[in-house]
Amino acid sequence: MSWTWFHKLASPPYVYKLAARLTPWFAWPAALLILAGLYAGLVLAPPDYQQGEGFRIIYVHAPSAWLSIMVYVVMGVSAAIGLIWRIKVAHAVAASCAPVGASFTVAALVTGSLWGKPMWGTFWEWDPRLTSELILLFLYLGYLGLRAGFDDTQRADRASALLAVVGLVNVPIIHYSVTWWNSLHQAPSVMRVGKPAMPAAMLTPLLMVLLGFTLFFVALLLVRLRAEVLRRERTASWLREALRA
Amino acid sequence: MRSAGLSAPASSVAVAAGPVSRDAAASAPALTAACLAVSRDLALAFRRRGQLVQPLAFFVLVTLLFPLAVSPELARLRSIAPGVLWVAALLASLLALEFLFRDDAQDGTLEQYALSGQSLTWLMFAKTLAHWLLTGLPLSIVAPFAALSLGVGPAALPGILAAMVVGTVTLSLIGAIAAALTLGMKRSGVLLALLTLPLSLPVLICGARATELAVSGNAYLAPLELLAALAVLAVTLAPLAAAAAVRISLE
Repeated sequence: MSWTWFHKLASPPYVYKLAARLTPWFAWPAALLILAGLYAGLVLAPPDYQQGEGFRIIYVHAPSAWLSIMVYVVMGVSAAIGLIWRIKVAHAVAASCAPVGASFTVAALVTGSLWGKPMWGTFWEWDPRLTSELILLFLYLGYLGLRAGFDDTQRADRASALLAVVGLVNVPIIHYSVTWWNSLHQAPSVMRVGKPAMPAAMLTPLLMVLLGFTLFFVALLLVRLRAEVLRRERTASWLREALRA
Repeated sequence: MRSAGLSAPASSVAVAAGPVSRDAAASAPALTAACLAVSRDLALAFRRRGQLVQPLAFFVLVTLLFPLAVSPELARLRSIAPGVLWVAALLASLLALEFLFRDDAQDGTLEQYALSGQSLTWLMFAKTLAHWLLTGLPLSIVAPFAALSLGVGPAALPGILAAMVVGTVTLSLIGAIAAALTLGMKRSGVLLALLTLPLSLPVLICGARATELAVSGNAYLAPLELLAALAVLAVTLAPLAAAAAVRISLE
């Protein structure tokens, strides 16, 4: 089996062109899925018998929360690849992930607390999932802060990659300790553990939005990756040729 | 100062080891170097005793703020004592991180460590151990007295001491990674907090829980064991990460 495709992925010119070619293949399905899923979720799906219309925020909240974690994993894994095999493109991927992941985390927190107001009667409840999400936001902010602290891109890459890997090891520990902490302190009145199964009219839009958001993230990552490669390779000769062509 | 002495005893040990198997001969200098690094850091620190007291004073000062800010009522203070103690310990150990690598990075000792051919992981473990002996351990010894002033009964003090001793080990090790990552920066104080605190939350949760159980007179072994598990994990992995971070910072 040939490994050339893998080695090609480490080459900035190849990745720059590949990202440009792939972007529409992710962006258009993402747009279609999100629009269709939101229409189905916000208009077609019946209101929840307990939460009324308020449950519909799940169609933004759940995909944001899912992506906030997935983006961190993508970031940590690509940072580890960059750190171990010294692949610059992998560092560029990790660097492009962080602001996107932080934004999804903020979106999950905001929609979560907006949902909390009618459901819990308060904007903020020390719910284990919301608390974990808040800690995740600080992990992202630490990563971005560390990157911002270095002038030299390569040093920023390697230092922040190490932090991302350390964070990746810690995320499950933090998550479980927060869950454990919460189970000790809070009366289990807010969230029932065994929720009734969602009817298909509610579940299908949710799955569409989840897939749509994920594809949207990939498209966004590809665009950001191109910008990142442009910034890093601004003095390279291949770039001048590619831009002239 | 004593950095010249780092290589001489190591080689003499290798000679003294003589016919011992090669593995033992190869691993002994790493341990010897680590012991030397610990004793060097301790010796340097005891020449500047003022610096040693600062985190302790800070810790006591923070615990003093709460009776003034909340209420002097001992019953109320007792209920918030575990949280107060652990938040103060977290902040004090954060403050102390500044002393961990700063001087050695400035005078080039860290570079010599990296170039010495010794395992940098062991040396980082040694530096962190020395740091813990100088800050974490005194903090753990002061914490029961601070707890007394917050209205906690004397029966709870062994539990508090145990939780603090085990918890501060992890805090020092996590802090070592963050301190090594921010070595090259001029002003890293706030960033150091931003990097360290989210990673320290499991220690805070388990430590405060163990303290709370000890204060209320219950069995506190379960959270203490979780704390110990975190400490074992940190002892195993954090020196590796800190060594990698120092290498990146020295590049």
